[in-house]
Amino acid sequence: METESKTKSQRSKLWTLFINMLYISTFTFGGGFVIVNFMRKAFVERLGWIDEDEMLDLIALAQSSPGAIAVNASILVGQRVAGFAGMAVSVLGTILPPMIILTIISFFYEAFATNKYVNLMLKGMQAGVAALILDVVFDLTINLSKRQRPVHVFMLAAAFVATFLFNVNVVFIILTAALIGVFLNLWDRKLVLLI
Amino acid sequence: MIYLQLFLSFLIVGLFSIGGGYAAMPIIQSEIVAKHGWLTVEEFSHLVTIAEMTPGPIVVNGATFVGNRIAGIPGAIIATLGSIFPALIIVSLLAYLYYRYKTLDTMNSILSSLRPVVIALIASAGLGILLNLLFGQKAQTIENLNWIGLVLFGAAFFAMRKLKWNPVLVMFLCGGLYLGIHLLLGSV
Repeated sequence: METESKTKSQRSKLWTLFINMLYISTFTFGGGFVIVNFMRKAFVERLGWIDEDEMLDLIALAQSSPGAIAVNASILVGQRVAGFAGMAVSVLGTILPPMIILTIISFFYEAFATNKYVNLMLKGMQAGVAALILDVVFDLTINLSKRQRPVHVFMLAAAFVATFLFNVNVVFIILTAALIGVFLNLWDRKLVLLI
Repeated sequence: MIYLQLFLSFLIVGLFSIGGGYAAMPIIQSEIVAKHGWLTVEEFSHLVTIAEMTPGPIVVNGATFVGNRIAGIPGAIIATLGSIFPALIIVSLLAYLYYRYKTLDTMNSILSSLRPVVIALIASAGLGILLNLLFGQKAQTIENLNWIGLVLFGAAFFAMRKLKWNPVLVMFLCGGLYLGIHLLLGSV
């Protein structure tokens, strides 16, 4: 009886995961970071399956691995929520919508790409996308400044300047941040030793 | 044979596009356009436009598009599988290491340093989209500012932040309003 309800709850979890990924992937225009924001809203805020720090870690992993950020994040979230089956279901939910949409579009792509109504609609949607991302950034920054050390707030600013103003390669920025983490750790230990 | 080639080509694309999105473009171009000639330069530019206009990662979009044109729907499926195959293995491995060493002191310090950087990357992506909306490819001066876009952005931000509206709903409202306003102004 008990195992039966267990498989049942596992199945409903997989289903929820699949539907959420399908929904997110269908309605997320504008690249990896947009989709990652939607995932955070769904799995951290709404479902509470993953906590905020862990989600940020998963995003960092997704960003620094090869491949699409959305697919990588979907692998990580799926695995975290329901193991191997979760990963399979989650990735399937993520790649199905673009595959179906692109298959349809590849049949009449010129008409689509040059249609001015479609273009205006998509242009306007950018306003919503930008607002969503900056809304999430506000939340994350407020949470971060509450509980992290000042050096981390400084790193946020520095990383922003590096990537936004100077177009520094993202992989380089991430590696630098990781190195700073190692040094901070050594520094903390040395202080402990000295005291 | 063509299936194997598609699989391997997109495996390379998936493997070497680190950093997502636009990092994949030059690799798709060298593998698909230059090496195999599966797309012409013009078709490639259409692909980029379509990928920007539709949901989903550009690598998956590219694999589906190219696969379809070269070998129909089976081609699309095989190319897509090739493009996500390296990620499946590498990401799983990284996840294993992450969960295994997460509690380690040094690992913790590294992760705490990565979190603010991730926020910065997200912020930068968001501002990039906003600037593209406000100015497009034009110089960023006040004459070129897209006022309608700016007002829509402000309203959307307010709706999400203060009124807690559903983001997907807000996005489609923005698209519809933008199109509607232009139709009303007769500037289409």
